[in-house]
Formats: sequence, structure tokens, C-alpha cells
Amino acid sequence: MKQPQPPRWATLLLRWLCAAHLLDELEGDLHELFQKRVKSEGLRQAKWRYICDTLSLLHPVLMKSKPNPYPKPNRTDMLQNYLKIAWRNLAKNVAFSAINIVGLSIGMTTAILIGLWMWDELSFNKYHQNYNRIARVMQHQSYNGTTSTTPATPLPMRAALQSEYAGDFSRISLSSWTENRILSAGNNKLIKKGNCVEADFPLMMSVSMLEGSAMSLNNPTSILLSKSVAKALFGSDNALNKTVKVDNKNHFKVTGIFEDLPHTTEFRDVTFLLPWKFFVEEEPWVKRSETNWGNNSFLLFVQIAPKTTFEQVTSKIEGIKARHAKEEARFSPRAFLHPMSRWHLYSEWENGVLVRGRIQFVWLFGIIGGFVLLLACINFMNLSTARSQKRAKEVGIRKAVGSVRTQLVAQFFSESILMATLAFVVALILVQLFLPWFNQISDKQIAFPWGNLQSWIFALGFTLITGLLAGSYPALYLSRFKPVKVLRGTFIVGRFSALPRQVLVVVQFTVSITLVIGTLIVLRQIQHARDRPVGFDRSGLLSVPMTTADLRSHDQALRSDLLQTGAAVNMAESSSPTAEVWSSDASFSWPGKDPDQLGDFGTVGVTHEYGQTVGWQFRQGRDFSRQFSGDKLGIVLNESAVKFMGLKSPVGTNITWNSEQYTVLGVIRDVVTGSPFMPIQPTIYMLKEEWAAFIHIRLNLSFTARQALAKLEPVFKKYNPGSPFEYKFASDEYDQKFKAEEQIGQLSSVFAGLAIFISSLGLFGLASFFAEQRQKEIGIRKVLGASVANLWQMLSKDFVILVVIASILAIPIAYYFMHDWLQHYTYQTTLSWWIFAAAMLGALAITLVTVSFQAIKAALLNPVKSLRNE
Amino acid sequence: MKGTYLGEFEEVVLLAVAIRIGDAYGAAVVDEIEQQLGRPVNLGAVHTALHRLEEKSLVKSEMGGVTSERGGRRKRLYNVTATGRRALEETRQLRNQMWDNIPKIAWS
Repeated sequence: MKQPQPPRWATLLLRWLCAAHLLDELEGDLHELFQKRVKSEGLRQAKWRYICDTLSLLHPVLMKSKPNPYPKPNRTDMLQNYLKIAWRNLAKNVAFSAINIVGLSIGMTTAILIGLWMWDELSFNKYHQNYNRIARVMQHQSYNGTTSTTPATPLPMRAALQSEYAGDFSRISLSSWTENRILSAGNNKLIKKGNCVEADFPLMMSVSMLEGSAMSLNNPTSILLSKSVAKALFGSDNALNKTVKVDNKNHFKVTGIFEDLPHTTEFRDVTFLLPWKFFVEEEPWVKRSETNWGNNSFLLFVQIAPKTTFEQVTSKIEGIKARHAKEEARFSPRAFLHPMSRWHLYSEWENGVLVRGRIQFVWLFGIIGGFVLLLACINFMNLSTARSQKRAKEVGIRKAVGSVRTQLVAQFFSESILMATLAFVVALILVQLFLPWFNQISDKQIAFPWGNLQSWIFALGFTLITGLLAGSYPALYLSRFKPVKVLRGTFIVGRFSALPRQVLVVVQFTVSITLVIGTLIVLRQIQHARDRPVGFDRSGLLSVPMTTADLRSHDQALRSDLLQTGAAVNMAESSSPTAEVWSSDASFSWPGKDPDQLGDFGTVGVTHEYGQTVGWQFRQGRDFSRQFSGDKLGIVLNESAVKFMGLKSPVGTNITWNSEQYTVLGVIRDVVTGSPFMPIQPTIYMLKEEWAAFIHIRLNLSFTARQALAKLEPVFKKYNPGSPFEYKFASDEYDQKFKAEEQIGQLSSVFAGLAIFISSLGLFGLASFFAEQRQKEIGIRKVLGASVANLWQMLSKDFVILVVIASILAIPIAYYFMHDWLQHYTYQTTLSWWIFAAAMLGALAITLVTVSFQAIKAALLNPVKSLRNE
Repeated sequence: MKGTYLGEFEEVVLLAVAIRIGDAYGAAVVDEIEQQLGRPVNLGAVHTALHRLEEKSLVKSEMGGVTSERGGRRKRLYNVTATGRRALEETRQLRNQMWDNIPKIAWS
């Protein structure tokens, strides 16, 4: 007869909660009482009492686990032993340890650098104390069907804000753009950048005053200097109350000296502040703009009142321009506040919608940094688990002599934390070495925060977490081995024990290959834009800004003197740099123009020789010429302008502008102006000597640049005695256009390179481990007649399959992201299949090289040696 | 001193261990107490009491053999130590002393 059984759940509960060493006797007692009670009191009562007894046994005293019968050494004693063993392990397997530590430290270096970079980006502009209350007034405006967004505002906007919404703002200040001016004191002459601002500006931006008063810009003849500029002008003398001459014309009294603005603010280039009143008096066009709502040329900063929000103020001021200026309403202008906290990271609009900004790069690089660190941790885990069989015996012996599991876990963690700490020390050294280079390519001035306690706590936590992460798998996995099995030698790892390792390798290579493909596409996009026909000849072209009126008055004499030196082949003037268009006008009209269309063109004023000097390439017609006096009313178009106007035979067409008739003389090939990734602005070139702002000089190539400059400098000194000789090479200026993309290209090359390097390092370690593990097998195969090629194939195959899987995963991921990225550019390269193929083949090649080295080494080993031992 | 005081239930358990000398384990003690006192006791209460008594070294224990009625599980056998015996005697003496001091008049 089947015996009556007690309720099973109660037994299970007891087993789950009670101390293991007491379980046997307690269960025995319960069982015995139950059987007895079934007989004396019946099944039902017996069950009920069984449950009561079980619950009563769940007493803390009975749940406590068995005290450890072994001697309890001091914690530090054991730690000493762990570290000693860890150190011996390190020294015994130098190759493995080196791979681990180098890999981990490279991962950490990357993570630290990216972390510093992200921190720097996220704390941008925080130097200003009113960070949370400051905004820039910006505008959306629509014409020809597209909406553009600009920080430039019309002057009357300021007065309107002041008179209508005074309660919403604590401070308002207009500002000019940051412009070059010549500052001189005594014989010291400098060209420095600065703004003309209202008196409230220094207070609003909490510019930190070292001397003098921040409020002194009410006076139109005062100037505030940054400390470095004051030092450059006056040396060690006290600059306060001294006189500075600006642009060789106006004298200002230094009424304050402020601390240099840090690199991480929007105003980092600003080295002096001039009074707004001076700006208005000095520049007639500014004076004229005071009532002109149509001239969007000024910056307007506000600090909002304490009890309001940016959104509330924006909704109030949105329609301000359309209300005041009826003729501007057709552009449907909408004013809004752009808060300072978003200036740096969220500042690109497309058709009036915020689309992207640097925040994307912050995310992107954050993710990449995390991945690179993850790759390094994966290496660590992979190598440790692969070596687990070697260390299984150690675990067995430790358990046999009395180690409990927690001690083993502690041992492996202390080992991995030791490794992580070593790697961290190496990483700190690497960070120090690479920080200057990193700063250079990322255009930053990051310093490692050595003195900051917080950053040390963070670094400590970071190391601990990395150590725990990297050591988690081995610690939890190795400590679970059963000593009897391990020591008897029948330790079988199980069929799928390699699976996690394989998955990790696939993850590593997927990430690496994705990064490589991404990098190749970024580099190709840059190359694609670089290969774009530029439309002028950059080599040996020099430009000098015309900073003073002196140069303007003697331009013919200057020209003949420059040519006489022999260093210059040609010389001309223009209103914009060669590869930029600085002004535009929307009031052109031509035969066949749609009345609703805006005749919006870039306008550049040039002199007769400009075309020859920069090397225009004519498609149709001719250049300006001194032989025809009618050329005063002639214009040259670029191809985009012809396309925009829809002219069939452009040469000879009459174009009306400012109620004057101009005739098209010729059409030139597009000159790349603005971003080389975007379409080219339709542009009109006219003979306007009075607009000239730049002198362009074509150098004689038989001189070196240095010789040519030495010959030219005296000429400029003669005609422009008040200012230093400043020049720029057109090719350098052109290269500047690629700066942002080059930065991404360089950084992603570095990261992709690191990712591949770390992954192959791990692969190298794994391959050498497997080759060592299968030494005997290889020996026997050789004895039975396997060739080196056979063995090589056998050892490499596994890894090659993993890398192929990784490539197959990486290709769609990379395609998805890069396709998206390329949409940002109008002038874009195609995603050709060979990029993907090249990345895949490259990864395979690297894998084969890494693995083959070990495989061939193992295959060449004399089988006698590998079979003899034991 | 903590070890000397004997609670009422502990005293009962200790007495039961003494009665069942040679075969005193958890279930037997429960059985004995239930028979002697005629009321149900929880196994948990007995075990915690035994545990405490062992901590005070009034009993000592060793693992016993396997019996089939326990489904092949072993039992822990308890024995009263000399200290345990002295504690029981002391308690009894204390009680007697108090009995002796009751005046005759109290029972009238």
C-alpha cells in the first residue's frame, strides 16, 4: 500500500529556506511525526500539523548556515594569497597577461578620452552664471518655398522687445558678429577678434572682471580687454585707464580687464568688447538699419525674467516682426528664443524644424566608446574562460583543501580587479600621452582633471566596474566546478560551452566591421567632396584682408609695386574670400522671370583682374576687360545662376538691379563656395571696386612661399603702415571647409582601428590558446600524415566562420546608419558594394593573419615533442 | 550570567530529553511532551529550544543511525550534560524551597 504523503509544497519550502546541514534531521523528524499522526489522528489532522510544524521550523536560528569548520584566516591574509597567485599567473602567462592588459587599457583609454570629450561637450557654455536664463533671439523666414533659420535679427526688434515686453526680460543686449580689428598701443599692433556690445552684455554673460567695471560700456569711448590681450598690448604695465587705438582711427580708454573666456563657451574668440554706441556712430549702415526691419544683420541676446520660461516668451514675441513691418510679412517671419543650454548641441534647422546638431556626435561617440570598452572586456572574459580548463585543477585543489565558493569568487574577482587596476594605470599614462593629439584633432582644450576628487571617485568606480564586468563570467563559472570531477580528470566542458565565447567573438567583429565600414564611407564622402571641381586655382593664391582705408586709396600703386617685386604674377580685389559668398541680394530681375519668384543671388564685387588672378574657367562669353568701358555695367554669372534663371543663351542678356541695366558678359564654371557638400549658390559677379574687402595675389611659383612673402611684406608695410601683414593661403582656407567632416573621419578612423586591433588581439589570444590545447591532437594527426595545410585549415576554419557571420550581421547595420548619415549631404557619394566587400575581406584577411600565425606555429611543431610529455 | 537561567519550556524539553535518555531526538521529544502534558507542541519550538540548550551546553548532541520510519533520514540524538543535570536539580531545589516557605494558613 502506498504510504500517505505530507503536503509537498511545505517540504519544498523547508528545503528552500532551511540551512542545508540541518535539513536531513528536520525532515526526518517531520516525516516521523507525520506518519505517527496519520495513524493516531487521521490524515487531515496530520497534514495540518505537518504544515504548522514546517512553518514553526522557519526560525532564524535554524536557517543560519553551518559555521565554517575550517580556521578563519584574516581577510587580508587571503587577499595577500590571492594577489600572490594572481601575480604568479600573470608572470607565468606573459603573453596572455599582456594581451589582457594591453587590450583592456586601450579600451579604457578610449573610454576615458571619449568620456572627457562628452563631458566637455555637455558642459559647454556653463561658464556663464545665467546659463539657464540666457537666450538668443532667432528667426524662421520662408521664401521660394523653403524656411531658413537665422540668428541674425533686425535692429528695431530690440527696441520693440524693450517697449512691449519689458517685463519678460531682465536684460537685453545687441551684439555685432565677432570681427577682426586692429588694436594698437604704442608700437604694439595686434589683429584680434571682438564684439561691439551694449553695456548690459558683460553682466548678462557674467564676464569675470579682474579690474575696472563691467558696466563701463555705456561710455562710447571705453573698451574692455581680455587679460591676454591687455598683456600683449601693455606687457606687465597696468593696462587700466590706458589708451588703445582701434583700426588706426579711434581711441578708446581701457575701463576694464576681464578673465579670458574659456575655450568651452560660445564667445571663446572674443578678446575685447567695444561699446555698441561706437558701432552705431562709426558705421553709417548700422545707423540706417535702426529703423529697417528688412536688414537681418545683428545678434540679439536676452536674459529672461525670473518668473517666466523661454516657451512663454517665445509665444509672445513670435509675430513681432510681421506686426511691425508689413512688407516683411510675406516671408512669414517667426521670432523665437534659442536657450543658451541648446546653442552648442542643438542648433541645426531644416525647413524651420530642429533636425540635428552636435548632440548626435555626443551620442555616437559615447556609444562607440562604450563598445570599444566592451570589446576589451569581452577579450578578458574570453581568454579567462578559455583558460578555465587549465585553472580547473587549481580550483579543484583549493576546494579540496577547504576553500568555499565565496572565497573562490573573491579570488577570481581580486584577480580581475588587479588586472583592471594595472590596465587603468597604463590607461592613465596613455591618456596623458594622447591627450594633446586628441585635443588637436577634436579642437578642444581638455585637461585631465587630476586634482578633482570627484573624478578620482568616478575613475575608481569605473575601474571596479570594469574589473567586475570582465571578471564576472570566470569568477562565477570557474568557482562552480566540482572538485571530484575536476581532479579525477573526467572534466567535460559540455557541448555548448564554447557557444558564449563564439557569440562574444561575433559581437566583437560585428561592432568592428560596422565601424570600419562607417569609417570608409565617411572618408569616401570627404574624398568625393574634395574631388569636386573647385572652379578656381587654389595653389599659390594668397589673400590679404583690407583692414584699413589706407590700402583702398592706393590700390593701383600697390598693384604695380607688388608686380614689380616679381613675387606676384597678378593681383585683384574682391568683396568676399575666393571660396565664400558673403552677401546676397533678392532684387534682381531678368527676362522671363516668374513674378512670384525671388531673384535671390549671391553678389560678389570684383576688380578687372579677378578672373585671371583666381583662375576662372569660362564656359561661355568673356571676362571683364579694361578695354571696354561698358563693362562697368557688365556681370559674370556662375552656371548655377544660369540654371536658376533658366536662360537659354545667357551671354548678352539684360539683367535689372537697383533700376540699372546690366549685361551678361560671360558664364563661369561654378566656384565651390560655402559647404563643399551642398549645392552651389547662384552667384553674380560685378565690377565693384568700392566693395573690395580682400586682396588676392597669384604668387610666382618660381619662388618658395617664404621668399615670396618676404618680398611682399615690405610693400604692404609701405601702403598700410598701421596694421600687421596678415594673409591666408586659398588652399588653407579651402581645407577649413572640411574641418568638421575631417574631424569625424579622423576620430572614426582611430576608433575603428582600435576596435579591430582589440578584436584581433582577443582572437590572437584565443587562437594561441586553442593551438596549445590541441597540441596532442595535432601531434597525432601529424604522425598519421596530416599536412601543414590541413592543420592550418582545421585551426583557422572556426574563426573564419565566426568572422563571416559577423560580416553578414554588420553589413545591413552599417548600410542602415550610413545611408541615413549621407542624407545630410546634397553632394553625396554612392554606397557602392565594394566598400562592404572591402571591409569584409579586410576583416577576413586580418583574422587569417592573426590566426594563421598561431596555427602554422602549432602545425610545424615536432610531434615527438608534443606527444612525449606527461 | 546568560547560561544559567532555564526558561519554563526549556525545562520541560530538558526533562523530556532526560526521560528519553539514549533515544532523545526532535520527534521523540515532541512525542514525550505531548504525552506528559497532554497538549500539542510545535516541532519548531522544540528544535529551537534544543538549539538554545545546546548553546548553553546543557545538552550535547551527536548524529544517530538511520531508521526506516524516517524515510532513511538520520536523527540527531541529544544527551543531558552534567551542567544540564545540575541546572535541573537547582530548579527543582528552588521550587521545593519556595513550597516550604508557603505558610500553612494559605491553604485554609
